[in-house]
Amino acid sequence: MERVMMKGNEALAEGAIRAGCRFFFGYPITPQNEIPEYMARRMPEVGGVFLQAESEVSAINMVYGAGGAGGRVLTSSSSPGISLKQEGVSYMAGAQVPCVIVNVARGGPGLGGLTPSQSDYFQATKGGGHGDYRLLVYAPGNAQEMVDLIGLAFDKAEAYRNPVMILSDAIMGQMMEPVVLPPLREVAPDKPWATTGKHGRSTPNVINSLGIVGEDLERINIELQEKYARMAADEVRYEADGVEDADLVVVAYGTSSRVVRSAISRLRQEKMKVGLLRPITLWPFPQQVLAELAAAGKRFLVVEMSTGQMVEDVILSVNDRSKVTFFGKLNGTVPTVKEVYDRIRSLLSEGGEG
Amino acid sequence: MTNEIVCAGFGGQGVMLIGQLLAYGGMLEGKEVTWFPSYGPEMRGGTANCSVVISDQPVGSPIVAEPDGLIAMNGPSLARFKAAVKPGGVIVYNSSLVTETPELPGVKICAVPANELARELGNDKIGNMVVLGAFLGLTKAVAVSSIETALQQVLPARRHHLIPLNSAALQKGFSIAEA
Amino acid sequence: MKKIFAYPCALAKKRTHYCPGCTHGIIHRLVAEAIDDLEIQERTIGIAPVGCAVLAYEYFDVDFQEAAHGRAPAVATGVKRVHPEAIVFSYQGDGDLASIGMAEIIHAATRGENITVIFVNNTVYGMTGGQMAPTTLPGQKTTTSPYGRDTATVGYPIRVCELLATLDGPAYLERVSVHDPQHIIKAGRAIRKAFATQVAGKGFSLVEVLSSCPTNWGMTPTQSLNHIKETLVPYYPLGVYRAPEEVTGDDE
Repeated sequence: MERVMMKGNEALAEGAIRAGCRFFFGYPITPQNEIPEYMARRMPEVGGVFLQAESEVSAINMVYGAGGAGGRVLTSSSSPGISLKQEGVSYMAGAQVPCVIVNVARGGPGLGGLTPSQSDYFQATKGGGHGDYRLLVYAPGNAQEMVDLIGLAFDKAEAYRNPVMILSDAIMGQMMEPVVLPPLREVAPDKPWATTGKHGRSTPNVINSLGIVGEDLERINIELQEKYARMAADEVRYEADGVEDADLVVVAYGTSSRVVRSAISRLRQEKMKVGLLRPITLWPFPQQVLAELAAAGKRFLVVEMSTGQMVEDVILSVNDRSKVTFFGKLNGTVPTVKEVYDRIRSLLSEGGEG
Repeated sequence: MTNEIVCAGFGGQGVMLIGQLLAYGGMLEGKEVTWFPSYGPEMRGGTANCSVVISDQPVGSPIVAEPDGLIAMNGPSLARFKAAVKPGGVIVYNSSLVTETPELPGVKICAVPANELARELGNDKIGNMVVLGAFLGLTKAVAVSSIETALQQVLPARRHHLIPLNSAALQKGFSIAEA
Repeated sequence: MKKIFAYPCALAKKRTHYCPGCTHGIIHRLVAEAIDDLEIQERTIGIAPVGCAVLAYEYFDVDFQEAAHGRAPAVATGVKRVHPEAIVFSYQGDGDLASIGMAEIIHAATRGENITVIFVNNTVYGMTGGQMAPTTLPGQKTTTSPYGRDTATVGYPIRVCELLATLDGPAYLERVSVHDPQHIIKAGRAIRKAFATQVAGKGFSLVEVLSSCPTNWGMTPTQSLNHIKETLVPYYPLGVYRAPEEVTGDDE
């Protein structure tokens, strides 16, 4: 298989094209501009549509229209833009419109900075917009996963009729790595619910999130919750590396997992018993495996580029069965390998096993 | 075996390109590689640097804090990164733009008058390739031939006529380091 | 024997929720008649707004998407780009189109997006209870301009057709009224022409319909129709603001 060097953002964009995505609506914002720029060049080559919208809000509502009409549709942005998109995300969750949304996250709050951050975890996994809804959230850990997970994201979005988010960050987006690209797929639409024009159908298809009668809205929400329960049961993905014999399991995703991996490889050379648990789905969260590791007596360190967001899910999963420690770097800084290494060493020596 | 490299200089000196070529060359040799850029806020000019990791193992952090190798194309870049270079590491710098002669215990240092050599080769813009050649001569991070193959893939077709010049610059640098 | 009056096929056989004397029902019917006339029911996709016409998807027998407030032109754009052969229309009120959705309508118009917009202007937010709209007239009392719209503090109404006519993008812009049968017939022609413009692939078409709101105006239905004629029409002049080139469907 031929490997090519690609920036994470471009790998993701080409991965989307290869997965049959033929519609992209977006708005410029750093550090995700490689995605719309790539799409602007590439979509015409595959007979697809790239449209630069007048705003993030318009872009996400174009996605709503295109997704509701049965198109395989993508939008991307970065943190402040993702906040603006939340209106449409909530509507798509409510109307069960499939689409994929990429957040190449940067620091916040507010205008924040252009530097990488993991401070949008709550927004991605706990809602973001109004109402009781969930997105399937993937966190790629390398450029190859940018390609692989975007393809999976489209398939899952359509299987569940639900928006799926890829939570990336400025480093994952800008870094170049070798990737193997899958062959180009054309996806035949099999969406009997989509607005296409009736074309002989006896009843109109309606894409709608309005449940103006209370009982209707309750029924819609029960249906959604049943769907989320199926997603939670079937869609958890994670990578466990050396956790079986570990005394300490480090939990990290995306860019911070890369730093942790470097630190762990040094520590293992020093015969330290430390493993990595990397959630690939942030929602549904790999609760079960963490609960089992906690029951087996492992301790946990959570490393995030935030003041501590995913750590809450780890604490909920561990549920007092073991100790959870947090190491975070605030927006704009990435933990160094040495910092993580030192933190793990000191935790292991505290426990007496180091 | 993991080789962590920082390439740094002014914007426009081609440090991003030589970093990409190193990563690309490593990939062509079957290694795991990453390239990660860091820019100042300027669209033009300013300083730029990139981190390159070439390894037999999957690469962890793509950000290099303690490089095995540093390519510094100007004084500020040398001043900023030299102290971070690991003992046993290598610094190759553009002595055309650096007046000080750095001395770091345990670090191999090679001065390359890149601007003058580039001018001798007939193209002022080729200094980055001379320095890269010298770096390869000292470290054998990847083979010169891999960089030449990488150039075919990294450069757009309309620039392919420049590949012989780039090769000559790489060889020039390589021979300086060997000397 | 020729049938001269029938229930339009494109109109669903449902009782609407509109208030007595409201002209939304008339405008719905004109839209359905245009769809029937042009024989496009099977390929038409409507976009419903947020506002009084939020339930429009219940009242037409065509595929529909319900949009967020003001976003109908963006949603229509997404639909149209997926199905360029479909006939896509949005149906929007004044708050939806000219306030919260101003960016969306201007940019859909300037792109020359090949969609049709039915813009119902009754100078007030109806569904939310009669608040001031971007088209509320100077001095007009609403629940959020209880002393009358004071242009010194909240500025002036927006004339949407005139505004959009400054752009190169639109193919067809016309303002009509539905305050009497003669004007209803003219409005019907304009709406049909707007859909025909899209069918012909000419680009963006918008018909602004001056409409009544007896409930929030505090008038009887008859008083409301007079109010359109005597107060709205002078401020919002009827007429063609951008004439489509060579479009069939206008039977004049």
